Amino acid sequence: MVKLADETLAQQKKATRAAYGVTLVQLADEGVPIVAVDADLSGSTTTKKFADAKPEYAARHFNAGIAEQNMVDVAAGLALAGNVAFTGSFAVFGTGRAYDQIRNTVCYNNLDVKIAPSHAGISVGPDGGSHQMLEDITIMRGLPNMRVLVPADYAAAAAAIRLAATTPGPFYVRMGRASVPCVYADGVELELGRSYVLREGSDVTIVACGVEVEQAMKAAVELEAQGISAEVIDAFSVKPLDAETIVASVSKTGCVVTAEEHSIVGGLGSAVAELLASRHPAPIEFVGMKDCFGKSGSYEELSVFYGLDSIAIDDAVKTVIARK
Amino acid sequence: MSASELKGIAHDLRFDIVKMIGEAGSGHPGGSLSCADIMTALYFGGVLKHDPQNPKTADRDRFILAKGHAAPALYAALAHAGYFPVDELMTLRKLGSRLQGHPDSSLVPGVEVSTGSLGQGLSISCGLAAGLKINNDDHAVIALLGDGECQEGQVWEAAMFAAHNKLDNLIAIVDLNGLQIDGCTSDVCDLGDICAKFEAFGWDVSEVDGHDIEAVIGVLNDAKASRNGKPHAVIAHTIKGKGVSYMENQASWHGKAPNADELAQALEELA
Repeated sequence: MVKLADETLAQQKKATRAAYGVTLVQLADEGVPIVAVDADLSGSTTTKKFADAKPEYAARHFNAGIAEQNMVDVAAGLALAGNVAFTGSFAVFGTGRAYDQIRNTVCYNNLDVKIAPSHAGISVGPDGGSHQMLEDITIMRGLPNMRVLVPADYAAAAAAIRLAATTPGPFYVRMGRASVPCVYADGVELELGRSYVLREGSDVTIVACGVEVEQAMKAAVELEAQGISAEVIDAFSVKPLDAETIVASVSKTGCVVTAEEHSIVGGLGSAVAELLASRHPAPIEFVGMKDCFGKSGSYEELSVFYGLDSIAIDDAVKTVIARK
Repeated sequence: MSASELKGIAHDLRFDIVKMIGEAGSGHPGGSLSCADIMTALYFGGVLKHDPQNPKTADRDRFILAKGHAAPALYAALAHAGYFPVDELMTLRKLGSRLQGHPDSSLVPGVEVSTGSLGQGLSISCGLAAGLKINNDDHAVIALLGDGECQEGQVWEAAMFAAHNKLDNLIAIVDLNGLQIDGCTSDVCDLGDICAKFEAFGWDVSEVDGHDIEAVIGVLNDAKASRNGKPHAVIAHTIKGKGVSYMENQASWHGKAPNADELAQALEELA
């Protein structure tokens, strides 16, 4: 069992992006040939912390300016020169604006480039729909050679950066702007291709990723009070997906709700549906953005407005159990 | 290698370019023929430091074919340089061949990176040049771009980045043949004064007749030797389809294969 946050830590809130720069520094200190390329958002993504740590790291940090396509391919060239290259920017630009570069250079060449932008999802909040990336899991998951990690909290983000840095080939690490409660113990080590059962239950499986893990845990507590036993799985590794853990859980519970701060078109829900359709067909309900853009508001308001909060998960659970 | 020997090699490359595209039934002869002399200068004129017996040797310059559709020119150069058998050229674009329609670095020795999506090669070259500098490695990075390719905005993102980061170990050759699939570059979307553009972006710029192999060698060696804090653009004036009379300066030969009669005529002209 992976170590979870104790009660004191669980009260703390930290952004996943805050783990980025500091983990790059740790990895470089350990001798991993880290380079980082950002696109005028190095303060927001925190890659600046890597540049600021030591003069020799400053020489290994490049700012492409507001030029995401160049950012990704410069990272590719740095990887060709033997480095482990991380990119920055916001998820909407760091994937969408540079999709062809990620496809045809990073993934087609299977390079050591780690696409790790911040500000994914509606938790960006007030910046609004233009900045709330909701289909990045869809487009990154569709790329051969690409692995997709969606950390739920600070510790998981640090683990994801570490995993991406130490595993050859392309990675997508999805990080957010908002501070979110700590789920895992500090220094937790997470594995590629693994999902984690955070709470055991028997009536329904909730498979969540990213900030929705917290909502799923909350939902499970609410459901317990109503006599429903929910198993909560953190699908940290969306690709490759942990087929064994998810199939075993759904075999036991007989139904599943997926929850993601992302479009229900092509994201975690789709990945779980693809898996279960072939391995263990079961009723499934999808909590996520319903094929629409976001809008300005606080993260908390938007979470309720778009039905991404624990109450929405509770409702989906009741619906899916009724379909068993 | 003497000037006449180099001309002979360029001739052989052209013969094989046309023959392999004819054999494949598809491909891009125009832009492959326009850069055949440049490829000769690079691989046979002593410009690129490389080792066909040890393609990944650390002691090599890096060549990036940004205009990946000119793969036949690269394949011909690599094969004649000894990276793989010349006979293999005739497998171009066929199922199971290493010689994909656009270069695949995982398959072909000597191909540094897979290309084909235009506009990316210069950025990749920037990263490579910056990476070599981090490693205190003096080798050069040479990218070959098409002129039509320079319509891609990313080329200018890279141009800005290269100058800002003082990548004087980087050379961008532009194969300026004046044509793209839809016609003349000046009719499709005019590139304007490409020399002035690179200069304005902070690059050293030279112009050369891209079919004068000796001159190309000279200008590239000068650019390689010059480490003055500025990246180098070499604007090579070329003729699309050079060497095959009916293909020369014809945009229609950008991306189609000659039929049997056309192939026979082309090979006769190049024999």
